[in-house]
Amino acid sequence: MDTISILPPELIRMVIAVVIIISFLFLNAIMMGYAERKIAGHVQRRPGPMEVGSHGILQMVVDGVKLVGKELLIPFNVDRTLFRVAPLLSFTPVILPLLVIPFSEKLQARDLNLGLLFIVTMGSVNVMALLVGGWGSNNKYSMFGAMRAVAQAIAYEIPILLSLLAVVLMCNTFSLKEIVGAQQNIWFVFLQPVAFIIYVVAGLAETNRAPFDLPEAESELTAGFHTEYSGMGFSLFFIGEYTNMFIVASVATVLFLGGWHGPHLPYGEYLGVVWFFLKVYFLLFLMIMVRWTYPRVRFDQLLNFAWKYLVPFSLVNLLITAVVVKL
Amino acid sequence: MKQYFSELFTGGKSLVEGLGVTMKALFSPIVTVQYPREEIDITPNYRGHIDLILDPEKNTYLCISCGMCEKSCPSDCIKVKGEKMEGKKKKSLVLFELDFTKCSLCGTCVEVCPKDALEYSQEYNLAAFTKEAFHFDILKRLEERRI
Amino acid sequence: MLESEYQEHNRFFLNMGPQHPSTHGVLLIVLEMEGEYVLDPQPVLGFIHRMHEKMGESRPCQSFMPNTARMDYVCALPYNHGYVSLIERKAEIEVPKRAEYIRVITSELNRIASHLLWLGAYLLDLGAFTPILYGFDDREHILDILESITGSRLTYCYYRFGGVYQDIDDTFIAATRAFVKRLRKRYSIYEKLVTKNIIFIKRTENIGIVSPDMALRYGMTGPNLRGSGIAYDVRKNEPYSVYPEFDFEIPVGEQGDCLDRYMVRVKEIEQSLRIIEQALDRLPDGPIRAKVPKNIKLTPGDCNFAVEAARGELSYYLVGDGTSTPYRLKVRVPSYSNLSCLPELGRGILLPDLVSILGSFDLVIPEIDR
Repeated sequence: MDTISILPPELIRMVIAVVIIISFLFLNAIMMGYAERKIAGHVQRRPGPMEVGSHGILQMVVDGVKLVGKELLIPFNVDRTLFRVAPLLSFTPVILPLLVIPFSEKLQARDLNLGLLFIVTMGSVNVMALLVGGWGSNNKYSMFGAMRAVAQAIAYEIPILLSLLAVVLMCNTFSLKEIVGAQQNIWFVFLQPVAFIIYVVAGLAETNRAPFDLPEAESELTAGFHTEYSGMGFSLFFIGEYTNMFIVASVATVLFLGGWHGPHLPYGEYLGVVWFFLKVYFLLFLMIMVRWTYPRVRFDQLLNFAWKYLVPFSLVNLLITAVVVKL
Repeated sequence: MKQYFSELFTGGKSLVEGLGVTMKALFSPIVTVQYPREEIDITPNYRGHIDLILDPEKNTYLCISCGMCEKSCPSDCIKVKGEKMEGKKKKSLVLFELDFTKCSLCGTCVEVCPKDALEYSQEYNLAAFTKEAFHFDILKRLEERRI
Repeated sequence: MLESEYQEHNRFFLNMGPQHPSTHGVLLIVLEMEGEYVLDPQPVLGFIHRMHEKMGESRPCQSFMPNTARMDYVCALPYNHGYVSLIERKAEIEVPKRAEYIRVITSELNRIASHLLWLGAYLLDLGAFTPILYGFDDREHILDILESITGSRLTYCYYRFGGVYQDIDDTFIAATRAFVKRLRKRYSIYEKLVTKNIIFIKRTENIGIVSPDMALRYGMTGPNLRGSGIAYDVRKNEPYSVYPEFDFEIPVGEQGDCLDRYMVRVKEIEQSLRIIEQALDRLPDGPIRAKVPKNIKLTPGDCNFAVEAARGELSYYLVGDGTSTPYRLKVRVPSYSNLSCLPELGRGILLPDLVSILGSFDLVIPEIDR
């Protein structure tokens, strides 16, 4: 779609799409929060939340109400503007990539022909939110956490880019709709297994999830860069993190696992979203399991891992892909 | 160079095995109990605070107010007082108080009693709002259990 | 150094504790840091000093029994064992064989419980959230077994001068045998989840290397000393109770890093299971308590008794003066010497490494402060 047509039918469709996506975001955060606590419980042989609602279904709703009702503490001597802006900065750039992801054949808010590049750029903006939050807290622990988070995020962007480029080389396009369309016969995970693994691992590091969650390391530096936030600020960081995970998983699905392709369903153009969600939530389930299994990686080992293992492998993978595509 | 790849391979394998352990635990039954909605039976040997034993035949206590438990308690938490009443040969027990906030459940009082008049109770879920709620009047508890 | 010089070199002081998730008790460590590196860690003790030794010197010796369990609450029965054996040595009381066997069985069960808790807490410091709950699941069984004969779950007051308080019955023996079988099957879970995990190995290998010379200089004992290569265990070098009758090994590490200390403790669990099995097979019949006078008069003179607690060599020292109250009672706890090598060991290391080293020492601060 090269011409920008903001005529009323298109405009109404965009508005409806944005509203659905934002409400889906909050719903997703609630569901994932509940799923994480229940999975964490059962992995540890205990039931997880059980009190509120039958089997704890209403737990996240009640938690949300509690967080909204808390006092928004602003500590003494902080830079007020920066302190308040940080959660917003962490929440906004994660909504935008969802507008270009193809949930199904006909369910995509806007198909940019540089869609993939747009998503990766928004991921980089996320780093700024961490830095602003850490600096604005006027607390040496938060600053430590923020600096570590920035170094981590910058180091892991390179393997992400390189592994995604391998798929782009195979399809000759950045547009996500066409990438999914090119996977009709065979999913790219079978053609590019190394790139898939590198992307998932680097994506996990990018979202500051365990075992790479050093910026939030509880047992060493209290809660890292979001120590000073309470109430709604904290919950915005929290929702931002879950949405980021969702984006990483959906990009992996779109690029490697065939997007909305699956066994035939009636109204396939719309109900392809069922297969999409199944794949995305399978990846999210794996990410949650990984958090509760492994210990934390030390900071210099984390950077070592990125520079010495992920970057060389993704470079070699890219070279081999380029050679094979050329032939 | 060879170490680079071998470390990568064994490392990756160990991570997958670890994930297998947690996956298996995910689908195993839970081992906890939803207390206080379900309760577990406790062993009869459980050491709760002490109580006077109710003699079934005479329907009264076996204590002779000798005060051995009071003297041997390391935490000074028992108070015993006996008085000679009219018409009775031995001393009657008038006061038996236990300050449970100081008790360390060592069991010395139960052991040194010459008449074996004390036993452990089985109460484990004690919670109160004031300290005075844990100053137990053991004699009164006995009176309540008398038939 | 001047304030301006401090800021130029990016040096500052960081207080780790007294309330901190990783210090295993109320321990304050004042860290002089430069960026991410620790220059000089200085532990500050005394936050939980409860005057146990003074209590031991102001009451008759029978009244000290509950205090022994409260000094190290994680592994309380060896503390009980040391104190009753001390008085028995002083007053020359002979303990019946059945009581000695029961003491060994319960002490070894408590040692396993202590090591399981340490494993979970160490991994929690490193960031893994599930092994602690698996360890507590196993530990529940031990606590239930010990509760069925002693009546307590954590602070036991079970041994008495001349024997033990209550006899064990068939349900105890059956439950212990079932537990031994169950724990042996659970080894593979810990091995796959923790011991072979590459992230865990990277966090513990070649970190906090304690050379044998350094360990001997600071008087470290227990698994910390054995991790550095020196095979010293009080149960083999100065045997007490009926330990000479059992066949078990002393696991020894090679290098003295955190991974070696971890492996020594894990292997000790298996050796304790072997001791328990042999003791259960050979359990003799007989009385469980010797006849002991009500008021034990401690003859003038001193006496000493050392046992192997889960953390190292624990020894009691007593000076009697003819009454039943000791004139001086001193407890030598293993964690005090283990902690004392931290200033030398912790120079120039990263902060996550300091957390890892502290966890591998297996400190319980209340026993340091008594």
